[in-house]
Amino acid sequence: MKIGVVVFPGSNCDHDAWHAFAETLRQDTVLLWHDSAALQGADLVVLPGGFSYGDYLRCGAIAKFSPVMGAVKKFAQEGGLVLGVCNGFQILTEAGLLPGALVRNAGLKFVCKTVPLEVATTDSPFTHRAVKGQTLALPVAHGEGCYIASEQVLDELEAGDRVAFRYRENPNGSMRNIAGILNRERNVMGLMPHPERAADPLMGGTDGLTIFESVLHAGVAASRA
Amino acid sequence: MSETRITPEVIAQHQLSTSEYQKILTLLGREPTLTELGIFGVMWSEHCSYKSSRIHLKKLPTESKRVLQGPGENAGIVDIGDGMAIAFKIESHNHPSFIEPFQGAATGVGGILRDIFTMGARPIAVMDSIRFGRPDDETTGARNRRLLEGVVSGIAHYGNCFGVPTVGGECVFEESYDGNPLVNVFALGVFRHDEVFYGKASGVGNPVIYVGAKTGRDGIHGASMASAEFTESSKQKRPNVQVGDPFTEKLLLEACLEAMRTGAIVGIQDMGAAGLTSSTCEMGSRAGTGVEIELSLVPQREAGMTPYEMMLSESQERMLLVAERGREDVVFGVFKKWGLDAVEIGRVTADGMLRVKQNGIVFAEIPNRALADEAPKYDRPRTRPLRTAPLNGPAVRRGNWGADLKTLLASGDVCSKRWIYEQYDHQVRTNTVAGPGAEAAVVRIKGTDTSIAMSLDGNGRYCALDPREGTKLLVAECCRNLSTVGALPIATTNNLNFGNPERPEIMAQIVESIEGLAEACRFFDVPVTGGNVSLYNETLGTPIFPTPVVGIVGTLPTSLPIGISFAKIGLRVLLLGGLGTADARELGGTQYAKVIHKSLWGVPPQLDMEYEKRVQAAIRELVRGGLVASAHDLSKGGLAVALAESSFGPENIGADIKLDSDLPPELLLFHEGPSRILVSTPNPEEVFRVANANGVHAIEIGVTLKARVTISNRGEVLLNERVDELKGLWNNSLEHLLHNSVAV
Repeated sequence: MKIGVVVFPGSNCDHDAWHAFAETLRQDTVLLWHDSAALQGADLVVLPGGFSYGDYLRCGAIAKFSPVMGAVKKFAQEGGLVLGVCNGFQILTEAGLLPGALVRNAGLKFVCKTVPLEVATTDSPFTHRAVKGQTLALPVAHGEGCYIASEQVLDELEAGDRVAFRYRENPNGSMRNIAGILNRERNVMGLMPHPERAADPLMGGTDGLTIFESVLHAGVAASRA
Repeated sequence: MSETRITPEVIAQHQLSTSEYQKILTLLGREPTLTELGIFGVMWSEHCSYKSSRIHLKKLPTESKRVLQGPGENAGIVDIGDGMAIAFKIESHNHPSFIEPFQGAATGVGGILRDIFTMGARPIAVMDSIRFGRPDDETTGARNRRLLEGVVSGIAHYGNCFGVPTVGGECVFEESYDGNPLVNVFALGVFRHDEVFYGKASGVGNPVIYVGAKTGRDGIHGASMASAEFTESSKQKRPNVQVGDPFTEKLLLEACLEAMRTGAIVGIQDMGAAGLTSSTCEMGSRAGTGVEIELSLVPQREAGMTPYEMMLSESQERMLLVAERGREDVVFGVFKKWGLDAVEIGRVTADGMLRVKQNGIVFAEIPNRALADEAPKYDRPRTRPLRTAPLNGPAVRRGNWGADLKTLLASGDVCSKRWIYEQYDHQVRTNTVAGPGAEAAVVRIKGTDTSIAMSLDGNGRYCALDPREGTKLLVAECCRNLSTVGALPIATTNNLNFGNPERPEIMAQIVESIEGLAEACRFFDVPVTGGNVSLYNETLGTPIFPTPVVGIVGTLPTSLPIGISFAKIGLRVLLLGGLGTADARELGGTQYAKVIHKSLWGVPPQLDMEYEKRVQAAIRELVRGGLVASAHDLSKGGLAVALAESSFGPENIGADIKLDSDLPPELLLFHEGPSRILVSTPNPEEVFRVANANGVHAIEIGVTLKARVTISNRGEVLLNERVDELKGLWNNSLEHLLHNSVAV
């Protein structure tokens, strides 16, 4: 499987995502520069964490206009796999690829710690290797990770089994404890926690690999089909 | 040109003495222009020139077979094997943080990060040492809490956005810092030996290139502000504090490292204190060349700036570099890719002069060496170190030891700093093997089997009692912290925070402390590769405690980290190094004296460096050999606090401790004698074997059990507490300290 990790000016988890896929999981992984619309044949596009373009306006508000995001939108519409982590999730909501928005944490402070998450659905390329209801321990590190959406959107997400992860201990005030969601077609996922930070026992845990290995096997299944 | 006339008032405003002005006249052979006076003022300020400390700093050991670059560059460099090296340094931002805590602390982080990546190293870790007045004081508490909140969010804002993990540090509350908080930031970066760059303007005719943010009027006189005491009017200096932009710094990092890889860069230096001035004259001085710049070419944020303002501006996120003539376009291309300004503003000359022009008119013409190397050096008069504490303290109490332990665990210095470090991204770059709350922070170096451990420590109380012994204790403690996670300490950086050096009793503190630092760093073979001196930390004539802060780094083979906490029940608990000895005078500097007696007296704990070194060798051997299940050194709060902290793992596993000692309970439980490490293990024989082989004591003191901490001495139960209660107090009290005044 070929993985493309997008680099925006101000991305700072790009190398961590690259390291997890290229070094830990030994996959063909390339960095995709924001200024180019070429996705270099990637099967999975990762939008990493960080502060794209400084995020001084609103997280992800400028990134959505970048050339690479035009290509990512098209790629997603054609069924390509897109994973947005932290700032990547914020960008996906700004770009309209996922519903809702991420706003300032309820505590008004940046929060960095490992939190327990409930796997809310296994019906997705990103979670099919997990067990429904399983707890994954993943680090969060964000100042604006409070997920909000209208009641109608929240109901739709739940009715469509599109909530991927829920916080068991909500660190940011997210509505209905939502930590990660899927689009209607289930090929785009955004989540605030950082699976790439839990992909090596040295970093204190490997629960993030459940997500990455799900995607890698989804890719294998798709290419065989 | 119509610049202000140089009058005695103007000279005084630049904090230059009459004799210093005479020296300027001699060096120039004429009267300086105002721009030149401003340039001399900052370069010869205490902050930039170290004029009061320089002759004493020479006493520090600076060499070992690992040291590739000692003091004098932007950061020290130490070999870590496999062709890799680390660059690290500490800087203070005390004065700006008092005036504007958020930006003051944020730009402190920004400044030290630039010091690291200007050498070619990618920053991989930050630690911070912060000190404030008492958060619960009736008159100053509100301000102290606001300063803490501002400083922490400033550090978080800058480091989190830049993408460097803040992996550790310390936070202390003490009356002494009521009017003068301390904000010291440490940063560490990694690179290959062949990636090292220096701040040298070599090659006559080479272009001098300005990169990064535009120049504005912010921060003018920052360096001279940091070299004066605070008075009532200091608040008016708020415009002197710079504003940080971590996003631009991140771009600057990536662009600089990429430009360095092109091979077209000859030398590079960040624009820190005194911005354009220090970068030009220091790069020229190091290379023995001249630098000529034309200010009209400098990217500017506002119109109508004078040469004086531009040379003294401390606008952030700027670098000066010298490129190879003919390859400028390669450099410009890289900065353009990252969306940053890069402009040729001058060239390297052969005449050794700093020549500053605006629209072709010369505003300053000074020999680079005069600015960078011929700053005055003072051997300031000194007497005995200032000391106000009595030698003897209150009579030994018969206390409720369990209640005392709870009070200590809930006190500002001892309690968990979770409220602070959860605001810091401590994991970005996925190298953090052990982060905040660990004995020492550990980051792995990807692509090697080596990890770097680092520890940052200060203790103003010990140093107020005895600056020499207090400083030696700090070095010992840092090295012990590193050894306790299995690391071999290899090098030191230091931040010397003191009062006004023109007072002989303060100067004596400085000299005693430096000599103690020199002795201990020599003994533990941790040479000093750089650091920072922050003087004039006084407000309205009251100096801070003498507060040297020491940062020591070490190396260890990468592996799963050893923890502080007891991992399971039934393990044997041992004290490597033994119970130690202490008398009532040695209790006077401890947390127990501070929190329970609300007093300071006596002398610091006694340090036997030979013994300490052997204890460190023993714990390193035990940890590296996997012979202990947990390890925690005894420091603040002594044995009782260390035992409690070791019980705060996820399972709340405590210990039943039975002691056999002549020491009275308050000494036995709370003395802070060094060279002691609490370990748990299934194999006590192995601990005894290793202790014997290294010539140190080890005593078995108890066994781990569920949910309780009990300590008895010769059959008398001293305390018997529930772990969950102790843990709750320790875990939540900082939030309570900060917010109970606003909570309903």
